[in-house]
Formats: sequence, structure tokens, C-alpha cells
Amino acid sequence: MNAPISSFPPGALADTTAARVAIAPACGRLSLRARGDLAPLEAALGLALPGRIGQRAQGGTVQGGAIQTMRLGPDEWILQAPEAEVAGILAACAALHASHPHSLVDVSGREVTLLVSGPRAAELLSIGCPRDIDSVAVGEGRRTLFDGATVVLWRDAPDAFRMDVWNSFVPHLADLLVTGCRELAAETV
Amino acid sequence: MLLIHCPYCDETLPEAEFTYAGEAHIARPADPSALSDEEWESYLFIRSNPRGPHHERWRHLHGCGRFFNAVRDTVSDRFLTTYPAGQPRAALPIKEAAE
Repeated sequence: MNAPISSFPPGALADTTAARVAIAPACGRLSLRARGDLAPLEAALGLALPGRIGQRAQGGTVQGGAIQTMRLGPDEWILQAPEAEVAGILAACAALHASHPHSLVDVSGREVTLLVSGPRAAELLSIGCPRDIDSVAVGEGRRTLFDGATVVLWRDAPDAFRMDVWNSFVPHLADLLVTGCRELAAETV
Repeated sequence: MLLIHCPYCDETLPEAEFTYAGEAHIARPADPSALSDEEWESYLFIRSNPRGPHHERWRHLHGCGRFFNAVRDTVSDRFLTTYPAGQPRAALPIKEAAE
């Protein structure tokens, strides 16, 4: 498995009245590129791949673990699953290569997920994200920009977000979010 | 900040998510070795640089990652239309969409 790096142990980074920032526990991540008939892949994964960019779906594998997926581009999806599930997912799809060419790559070690939540979480994200945060509906997500780095933003609730950040950008983005968190908390409302 | 409509995401998004990628509809010659130096030079370097509507390529780099084509007015910097790569050149003039 493509092991996550150890420099970013899971845990809280900032916890203020405005928002909380934390590093999420490592999980398995897979990048899927496919086009044409998706039905055999969907059968192997045990979920329906979302059809619109930004839409998400959940499903299970043969072992019954939960896979979360989001469509990132016209032929691109990101899959997140418990680390133990990754090998099984790869094996289930490997059998399809001959009849349905696709690319499914383990990228678990590529990214770290930052958790941003709290009453002013959306406002906190606006310090680095040029997009209107409210254009990302609850239960959806988008790949977008955060202070110069490409991130994948998942909106789980009106005030709870997950942000997948490539390893080398994590120290900078985490620092920026922590600073923003403190500044929002220091404001007198 | 410019707002650009991505034809793949079907959303109008800030320019910061996009990168410019040169003039559109420049086809690579099928047989480069059959070209004269002048023809090859014109393929590589000579661009139209119009004053007014310009067909150009953009990439939704921090998003779906796709290249697409756009028509932008180089005087007003307004995007007149965007359309997926591979589609025929958008005919001019283009009526600006009501905002």
C-alpha cells in the first residue's frame, strides 16, 4: 500500500469558538480514471459512480467497508475507503482491465485530510478559497483552490468540511487555517 | 476578478481556478517533415493577436482539469462564450449572454 507519511499525526490543530481545525486519521485513497461504460466498474466497486462533477456517492465492497467517492472531472473520481479495504478494491477492479481499460491508482500517501468545522467554518475557508463556498451544497464537494494549492473540498454539513491537501502544502495551509481560526475568534461580534 | 464558465463543470467560477493556454484551433500539421521552414515557423510561433473577439484555450486547472475553448474580447476582457475542446470554432459575432 501507498503508505501515508508520518509527519502529520492526526489531532486537533486549533479549537476556538469560531472554528476548529484538525488533521484527520489516515485513510485509503484511490484515483479512478475511466470513460465509456462504467457499469462493470460500478459493479466491482459496489457503488454508483456519481454523474455530475462535485456529486458524491457512498457504497460498499465485498468486505462491506464504506467507500466514499466524488466526481472530480468528466472522467475522474476520487475514492476514499478504510486503509484495509484498498487492496480488495484494487483486486476487484484489476480483473476488468482487459475488457474495460481504466486507471485505478492507490494515492493514499499523497494527501492529508484537514477537518474544518465550527460555526464560522465557511467564513474561515473564504480566506483562501476564491470560490463562493455556498455554491458547494451540503453532501457535495469540489476540487478547488486554497491559497495557491489545489485541494479537494468535501462539505459534510453546513459548518463541517474536509479538505484533502497534498502533503507538501499541508504545513502552509494548516498554519494559515490556524491563524485564520484565531483571528475569527478574536473578533468582537 | 474575471468569472469564467467551465463547460465541463457547468459553473461560473473565479479566474484563479483557471490557466490560459494560448490561441485555440491551431491544428498540428499531420506531416511536419513535409513543411517548409516558413510553414513550420508559422505553425509554431505566428499567432493572430486580434483586437476584439479572440478564440483561446483555457484550462480549469484547479477544478476538473480539462482544457476548453473560449471566446474573449481582448478589448473589454469579457468572455463571450466557452465550449468544450474538440467542438468547431464558435462562429462570430456572438451575442453576449444577459447577465
